[in-house]
This record gives sequence, C-alpha cells and structure tokens, in this order.
Amino acid sequence: MTSSDRLDATFAALADPTRRAILARLASGEASVMELAEPFEMTQPAISKHLKVLERAGLISRGRDAQRRPRRLEAKPFAEATEWLEKYRRLWAGNFQRLDALLDQMKTDELKVKAKSRGRTKS
Amino acid sequence: MANTENLKVTTPTDREIVVTRVFNAPRKLVFDAWTNPKYLPHWMLGPDGWTMPVCEIDLRPGGAWHFVWRHASGKEMEMRGSYREVQPPERVVSSESWGPDWPETLNTVVFSEDAGKTTATITLLYASKEARDAALNTGMKQGMAMSYDRLEAFLLSLGARGPEKATRES
Repeated sequence: MTSSDRLDATFAALADPTRRAILARLASGEASVMELAEPFEMTQPAISKHLKVLERAGLISRGRDAQRRPRRLEAKPFAEATEWLEKYRRLWAGNFQRLDALLDQMKTDELKVKAKSRGRTKS
Repeated sequence: MANTENLKVTTPTDREIVVTRVFNAPRKLVFDAWTNPKYLPHWMLGPDGWTMPVCEIDLRPGGAWHFVWRHASGKEMEMRGSYREVQPPERVVSSESWGPDWPETLNTVVFSEDAGKTTATITLLYASKEARDAALNTGMKQGMAMSYDRLEAFLLSLGARGPEKATRES
C-alpha cells in the first residue's frame, strides 16, 4: 500500500463510531473479541467485521495468545495520519504567517503615505 | 510574532470545510492582500520551495482568476476559477478548480473587523458529498482536512494515551 492508500484506509476505518469505540477500548489495553463485543450489544460476527476493517487499515493486530487471540492497538498509522494533518495545518499556518508579515508592511506603508500627505497639506 | 493558535479548521457539514484565522490588521488591508495580484504571490505559496509566477485576477462578478505555482524542481501546479460575488472589503465568493479531473469547489471568504483586527472565514463548499469524498479519496490537501475533526475527536477519546506514547510501547 502506498502512504496515501494507507491514509485512506485509516480515515475510512475511523469514520465509524463503533470502530472508534473499539479503538478507544483497546487504548487501555488488549482485549479478546468477546470482551470487545460486550459493551456494544452486537453479535460477535458483527464485531468481527469491524475488527477486520481495523486490521486491514493496520490500526490493530492480534496478540500471541492462541486461545484468546486478543486484539491490540497499532500506533504507526495514527502517527502517519496526524503527521499528514499536521502538514496540512502547517501549509495554512505558513501562508498566514507570511500574510501577517505582509500586512505589517502594508500598515507601515500606509502610515508613511498618510504622514506624507499630512506634511503636504501643512506646507 | 507567530499566530498559529488562531488558525481553526472545522468540518461543519458533509460538504464543507471552514478555515478561520484572525489577523492583526484592518479588513481593508486584509481584503487587499487577499485579492490584489500585487500582494497575493507574497504569501499564498504553500510549502517551502514554491513560488507563484502567475497570479491573474479579474476581481468582478464573472471575472476569471488563474494561479500557477512552480517548485524549485520545475514541478508546476495550476488552479483556475471565476468570481461570483465581490463585495470589498467584506466578502468574495469564487469557484475553484484544479483541472477537469477535480471536483469544483465554491469558496466563500468573509472578512469581519473588530477593534482593528480582522477575522477571515474561508468556507470551501463541494457540489455534493460524493464530490467531496472523491477529493477525500485522492488524499488531496483539502480533502484530508475533512477528517481532521474525526481524527481529533478520536485522539481526544484516547485521553492521556496519545499516539506518541503508544509508539514507544509497541
């Protein structure tokens, strides 16, 4: 998967409230499918479907315990997604900081013009 | 003086992105800096390494605009559109397109002044949720911002255990 494909998968996976709740639960430690299904009033197959989406997006992985097959959070895709968004934010922030500097310059220029025209009316 | 804290990016509806930012200048100046080709190429440059060699603006309803950015490596990016509403110094509505393969957006910029400071509110409106999602799926810069709220909400829900901490543990 390219970096852009991975981001698409990350955001698509995050678009669902149940999947976000599953991720929030896994943030406090790994859990089995049964434990994950408990708070959602959902069947295990329904939860398994959500887990598959999360797994495909690389957001979660399976633990070593062969009996429980606990799921756990994978941090890398989150780091990539926040990095992308941070870049986007920086793009705007960079533009606007340049605009701040330009506006300061424009204000100074305007004062100079005003001072000049005042000087002219006085003389 | 850095002013990044003022920058807000939100997604109030399925079809919109809204960016707001406060500038320490009267809106007459901000409007000018935003709409005059004499000023725009000084700041609307995006990431480092880009210049804006073409900045054509016909600022009147129905008038066209055309921007070209060029990177030091020779790569170019082009954007075109036309003005729908022009009300100096408070409001400009224009269409924007990155080319025939991209969905056209309708951009509204509103400037409001309070105590010598100006708040610019930029609203990017897509023709449909599908058009917006198409932009989202390409990973286009604007599309990605739409997921910002969703991601932010999720990261907040993780509480103290942010992605950085999780990285160290894995």
